[in-house]
Amino acid sequence: MTPLDYDFLRQALKQHSGLALGADKHYFVESRLLPLARQAGLSGLGDLVLALKTGRDTALMTAVVEAMATSESSFFRDKTPFDHFRRLIMPALLAARRQSRAVRIWCAAAANGQEPYSIAICLREMASAIAAWRIEILATDVSGAVLERARQGIYSQFEVHRGLPIKLLVKYFTRVGEQWQIAPEVRAMVKYSRFNLLADFASLGTFDVILCRNVLIYFDQDTKSDVLRRLAGALSSDGYLVLGAAETAVGLCDRFKMVSDKPGLYTLNTIGARLLAQPRTAHARPRLIAINGGR
Amino acid sequence: MKTCLIVDDSGIIRKVARRILESLEFQILEAENGEQAFETCQRELPDAILLDWNMPKMDGYDFLRALRRLPGGERPKVVFCTTENDVAHIARALQAGANEYIMKPFDKDIVEEKFQEVGLI
Repeated sequence: MTPLDYDFLRQALKQHSGLALGADKHYFVESRLLPLARQAGLSGLGDLVLALKTGRDTALMTAVVEAMATSESSFFRDKTPFDHFRRLIMPALLAARRQSRAVRIWCAAAANGQEPYSIAICLREMASAIAAWRIEILATDVSGAVLERARQGIYSQFEVHRGLPIKLLVKYFTRVGEQWQIAPEVRAMVKYSRFNLLADFASLGTFDVILCRNVLIYFDQDTKSDVLRRLAGALSSDGYLVLGAAETAVGLCDRFKMVSDKPGLYTLNTIGARLLAQPRTAHARPRLIAINGGR
Repeated sequence: MKTCLIVDDSGIIRKVARRILESLEFQILEAENGEQAFETCQRELPDAILLDWNMPKMDGYDFLRALRRLPGGERPKVVFCTTENDVAHIARALQAGANEYIMKPFDKDIVEEKFQEVGLI
């Protein structure tokens, strides 16, 4: 791969997915994109770059983005965010949403589905507390291929071994040959949709919980700040943002503040957020608008 | 230092498991079958037991049932480690009092994670 081809791929990936590649990731790019080039009937990365440069084949660019996206995950990955979800986030939302009885959750980098299914399992485990509640889990990812796999909910023995307590495996999975498939009732709780975090979030609506874990690490500072700022716009005023273990909003977006002693867990950094932490009433929204409007 | 009893009729598995668990700072006891393991537990209860299912003389399932009937026998955390990886076996193990379940083949990460899951690490 020539330096010019590499630079083109770096810029194209940045533009289409936000992925910021270092100057020395040639091997990584070759290992991910050579199989794709051959699959597309091209002789190598030079031809792939030429095909991309014509700009006619948008499906090829999509395939390049998907091939470069990291879909590595596991059930209950890092454990702590799910403890926060069970012990802090959901109790707070159940108190705050007593009237609407509705909670919207967005897994913004769903990969193969382990994260949204882990959230769905947490909710199943608190079934009595959320009976008659309308809880929506939207799971999005830039890669349509991984989402297709997520929809099927079929995992290898190695994948179900990682992070999933055996009692939950037996309770929510069935054996399919050498693999394990998550129960239909859990699958039905998650709605999947292909979505690029560089796109406008407006069509998605507002969420009470956003999990955007282990994706910002692949972006440069400007893209991180931009995505965080827009995530703040998509979060309800008393909602929660959950980032990955190696990620932070500190110094990147002043719309968020970290929940005390809970690294990775953020709320909105506004006076309005604290006021709206009380249960929603018919008068709550106009008050917030007035406060925000006066700032 | 916590103790872990490794129960497996395969010397190679015991050796691999010993190496992993020693690196996790466990003091190791070994038994080749359920009968030996039960004798060990009658003398001294370990903190943890890594337990194979299929063994001569007494299998892992029968050992577990016998262990849980011993005075104090509810204390050791028992992690099955077996090729019997269908739902029926796992369900039986949990019903008999197993705390976690490792499906062979295994590696250090899995052992560490499952031992963390049951509070041994």
